[in-house]
Amino acid sequence: MPKPNKAVNFEETILPHLDAAYNLARWLTHDGADAEDVVQEAYLRAFKFFDGFHGDNARSWILKIVRNTCYSWLQKNRAHAVTTEFDEEQHGVVDHDTEAVLIGNIDTQMLKRLLNELPLEFREIVILRELEGMSYKEIAGVSDLPLGTVMSRLARARARLQTGLVTCLKGELK
Amino acid sequence: MNCQTTQNLLDGYADGELDLVNHVEIEEHLRDCPACALIYENQKALKSAIADSSLYFQAPPDLQKRISQTLRASDRETTRLTGKWLWRLAPALAASVAIIVLALLFLRPAATNDEILAKEIVSSHIRSMMANHLTDVLSSDNHTVKPWFDGKIDFAPPVVDLAAQGFPLVGGRLDYAAGRPVAALVYQHRQHFINLFVFPSTGNSDNGAAVSVRQGYNLIYWSKSGMTFWAVSDLNLNELQEFAQDIQN
Repeated sequence: MPKPNKAVNFEETILPHLDAAYNLARWLTHDGADAEDVVQEAYLRAFKFFDGFHGDNARSWILKIVRNTCYSWLQKNRAHAVTTEFDEEQHGVVDHDTEAVLIGNIDTQMLKRLLNELPLEFREIVILRELEGMSYKEIAGVSDLPLGTVMSRLARARARLQTGLVTCLKGELK
Repeated sequence: MNCQTTQNLLDGYADGELDLVNHVEIEEHLRDCPACALIYENQKALKSAIADSSLYFQAPPDLQKRISQTLRASDRETTRLTGKWLWRLAPALAASVAIIVLALLFLRPAATNDEILAKEIVSSHIRSMMANHLTDVLSSDNHTVKPWFDGKIDFAPPVVDLAAQGFPLVGGRLDYAAGRPVAALVYQHRQHFINLFVFPSTGNSDNGAAVSVRQGYNLIYWSKSGMTFWAVSDLNLNELQEFAQDIQN
């Protein structure tokens, strides 16, 4: 028999992280309605496995489920989004522009576009780091990656965003 | 720390994920190197730009309500299904209970009957030794012992003398076991006495010899040709089995 307060317990510990769940799903699927579907499915899954949750880090726990649900959903509905490979060799060199000044010159809409254009596996790490403020260790847990991979992906994603912003800035100035 | 190392560690520095030593070294380098300092400033600018609240998607207000409803529905479904399963399992459960009850009614008492009888037989054997009432009819002649039972019990126990096999007949006695008068035949082997209890079987089937040990006494019992035999003695089991073999032959 299910414990009578399982639903109550779940609502108290996991539901408060609904914004984080939706934000991640929204950034990974690029679409509000899809994100809602994914989050709903993820929460149902989470509820099913709630007995296995031991109360250490509720946000990491639900975000890991949301992330995995997103990947399954993308694989099913948008296989190309997952299979697009990011050439680590080509984009591997982190090259910083040492002239452009970004402070006060960042167009949020541009940044949003650049973020959306980041490959999935880089985007998720930037979202978890900058929008959720998660530690490298937490991100490694959610994305099932070694700490070193989290760090290198984060560095490359930022370099790419910076390059994009600088290019945009220089274009505007011209 | 040089520029390359600094730039490699700059993300970790900006995120506050470096150990203290590296953190301090980078801090010093940034103070002295304008190029790296600019990269760091851009890094910080990017970080704060991404952290801008307009990039954070809040969950739609009704999403939480919908999830709560779905969870409760699934919770009820689980409860309902569990209930259904219980009902579906009910006949099987009832059958299991019935089997257990039948087993208790038929199997246990059967086992218990032998147990009770074994206990009675051992008690009779001990009494016959203690009260110096081993025999009512003291005779090594089976033709004397067998007729002695006539009229005392409603059956004629087979009485054989096994002196040639090392188990001379000592005599006979009337005893009581299994809720009825029984014939007790006494045999001797060296200094040991053997009580052989004989009475009509309750069933018709012959049963091979079974062995039991109680309070240090060995028991061998079997059924043959409508008679049940219980041999009990402080004799070792091997010799008692020899005796039982000889009786059966």
